[in-house]
Amino acid sequence: MSEKITGAEALIKSLIAEGVDRVFGYPGGAIIPVYDKLYDYTDQLKHILVRHEQGATHAAQGYARVSGRTGVVIVTSGPAATNVITGLSDALMDSTPMVVITGQVASAFLGSDAFQETDVVGITQPITKWAYQIRRAEDIPWAVARAFYIAGTGRPGPVVLDLAKDAQTGLLEWSHKKCEFIRSYIPYPEVKQDDLQVVADLINVAERPMIISGHGVMISEAEKELAALAEKADIPVTATLLGLSTIPSSHPLYKGMLGMHGNIGPNVNTNRCDLLVAVGMRFDDRVTGDTSKYAKQAKIVHIDIDSSEFDKNVKTTATVHGDAKEVLARLLPLVNEAKHTEWLQTFDEMALVEQEKVVKREVFPESGLMNMGEVVHKVSKATGDRAVLITDVGQNQMFSSRYFRYTEPKSIITSGGLGTMGFGLPASIGAKMGAPERTVCFFTGDGGLQMTIQELGTIMEYGVAVKIILLNNNFLGNVRQWQELFFKGRFSQTPMVNPDFVQIADAYGIKAENVETREQLDGAIERMLAHDGAYLLNVNIDATDMIFPMTPAGAAVDDIMLTPDEKFKLD
Amino acid sequence: MEKQLYTVTVFSENQVGLLNQISIIFTRRCLNIESLSVSPSSIEGVHKFTITCFSDRVTMEKVVKQIEKRIDVLKSFLYTDDEIVYQEVALYKVPTEKLLDANLEVIIRNHSARILEVTREYTVIEKTGHSDETEALFAELKSYDIRQFVRSGRVAVTKSPIEYVDMFLEEQNRRKDNAI
Ligand SMILES: Cc1ncc(C[n+]2csc(CCOP(=O)(O)OP(=O)(O)O)c2C)c(N)n1
Ligand SMILES: [Mg+2]
Repeated sequence: MSEKITGAEALIKSLIAEGVDRVFGYPGGAIIPVYDKLYDYTDQLKHILVRHEQGATHAAQGYARVSGRTGVVIVTSGPAATNVITGLSDALMDSTPMVVITGQVASAFLGSDAFQETDVVGITQPITKWAYQIRRAEDIPWAVARAFYIAGTGRPGPVVLDLAKDAQTGLLEWSHKKCEFIRSYIPYPEVKQDDLQVVADLINVAERPMIISGHGVMISEAEKELAALAEKADIPVTATLLGLSTIPSSHPLYKGMLGMHGNIGPNVNTNRCDLLVAVGMRFDDRVTGDTSKYAKQAKIVHIDIDSSEFDKNVKTTATVHGDAKEVLARLLPLVNEAKHTEWLQTFDEMALVEQEKVVKREVFPESGLMNMGEVVHKVSKATGDRAVLITDVGQNQMFSSRYFRYTEPKSIITSGGLGTMGFGLPASIGAKMGAPERTVCFFTGDGGLQMTIQELGTIMEYGVAVKIILLNNNFLGNVRQWQELFFKGRFSQTPMVNPDFVQIADAYGIKAENVETREQLDGAIERMLAHDGAYLLNVNIDATDMIFPMTPAGAAVDDIMLTPDEKFKLD
Repeated sequence: MEKQLYTVTVFSENQVGLLNQISIIFTRRCLNIESLSVSPSSIEGVHKFTITCFSDRVTMEKVVKQIEKRIDVLKSFLYTDDEIVYQEVALYKVPTEKLLDANLEVIIRNHSARILEVTREYTVIEKTGHSDETEALFAELKSYDIRQFVRSGRVAVTKSPIEYVDMFLEEQNRRKDNAI
């Protein structure tokens, strides 16, 4: 008979058995036994002490999304558990594999409003893929194995394990067996050949087909299969915000981003194509606009691993339930070689209009204060378009995702579904740890940075070399833009009185500089990228700069504003 | 879109908190659950939920898919009344004194009801049937001063000759053997 160990030690051994070598967390009373054992395992399991539990979740998300591995978070009960809610919700929306372990009061106290007791499972059930309370030490290996299996397979998502204190101190005979099967859960459905044939037939007769590449393509690492299909049948590829970098920006068939601030070509051609092939995406309202005016002329094919997404927002012609990589690979031999030269040209014509009417003034302005677009453009170029982009939320997010260019897969990490301000700084920490060999560029706003700014402490402590580009307009710019366009310029609560960000960075020992004028920009970017460690550029941005093109909320996808008073028109 | 009463059945593992997971899917879509009953099913370890809800088909199909997506849910199905055999049970507590004036025999016969208990103070009548039938008896007994009335949630079995949950479990057993 093997020796008995405590639940706390079993948790750590099970995490290691699941291949975990790094956790993000914050200690407290209801999780102390685990932290005590962690002390003995620091050589196998590195703990990153964040400065706020929300930061732990976003860091784990950044780590997971850049590496494809499951991010792990350990926090205590009560207020720590409620601090992880935003990250859980964000991870569910953006299909991110994450296991969050919360401490909980001893099982005898459950339900009694004990000190720092919160109904964690009750609160997190609607925002997790699975939430489970462990009340006995002997259930730990089973629950941990199950948690990793659920978080990381199928459509990934966050899992919560709420660990009662007596389960941490109780004894068990530990042995860990990975979970490979759950009777009530089918993560990878068998792809039906008939469904593939239906889709192939639709593609083979289409004259104006268009592919939408979503986050699912990135998650299933189907980038090569996607490109092969697009190239064989000569189909233009567009991407959702989270699908960016699933095809290189320079690929001749890549025609741009969809959505509210996406490119004109893909948005307008959504309503002109005859076949839409959507892969690993979910027809979010930021992509579709008014669904009653969305691609009504087209046949819609939806390929996804989550069948509850089929016909949820948009009525489809055909669906394929399965993993993107497998589906695309098996579609390839069924699809005929084709050419759609004229159709492809229509995208390029609209790209020219966009270049002339939007990009020129944004990226190549001749005078005036600096714009966000030109800063992003220059940073991307200076990295050889090879960096990982992390964004916060707001104008900075839309400008950076639009003007950054992507060469490698998994090169954008942004809060898409939830739109969480404050996501970026901790996510960039996790991303740098998940891909230490890559340059990580984090674009943020003055509002969002201050939502999780305490994580500068984490950057300091662990020497995380993230490049922070603060696009500082001293405004909650995105809201300001809506106020300017739709609320008569009444800037209610959007101007911000800001601190000296360079001094703040300085206090954390992070190199920083102000970039006041355009002339200083190139030099500053060069210094930032040449520096070994973390670096912050506080870039002075024109507050009146607005993100265009824009499809107003609730309008049709092809109802596009180019400026406050000019709409895009097809000649 | 046309609304009507739908019956949703859910087969799940016997896990704490499943009712919460299922009910919030209705809540998020602002759907009122008309009735709900939960019990063990004929399959050991598998629980069955029977839920009725007034809505349109498109919405209900989405609800069923979202229920099935929960990890511990095995299968969920959507039915209209013509696809199932269903029953509810209702109990009526009526002052015995009042009933003495009534033609009790006719009432009980006409409604195929049963008397469960008679005391000097009250009589308890039971009626199983569809809700319009239990309501009809309620309407009839109303004039006799009903003190308590309670109706259970719907229970239902399908008319289909195929047992989809059994098939699913067999299929999953095969998958399990392949996985391990
Ligand atoms: C946590 C959170 N609170 C509020 C919002 C609403 N919101 C979206 S963008 C935005 C403004 C962001 O301002 P800033 O961070 O300065 O970025 P900018 O738009 O100026 O680039 C706000 C308040 C949000 N997305 N997230
Ligand atoms: Mg701002």
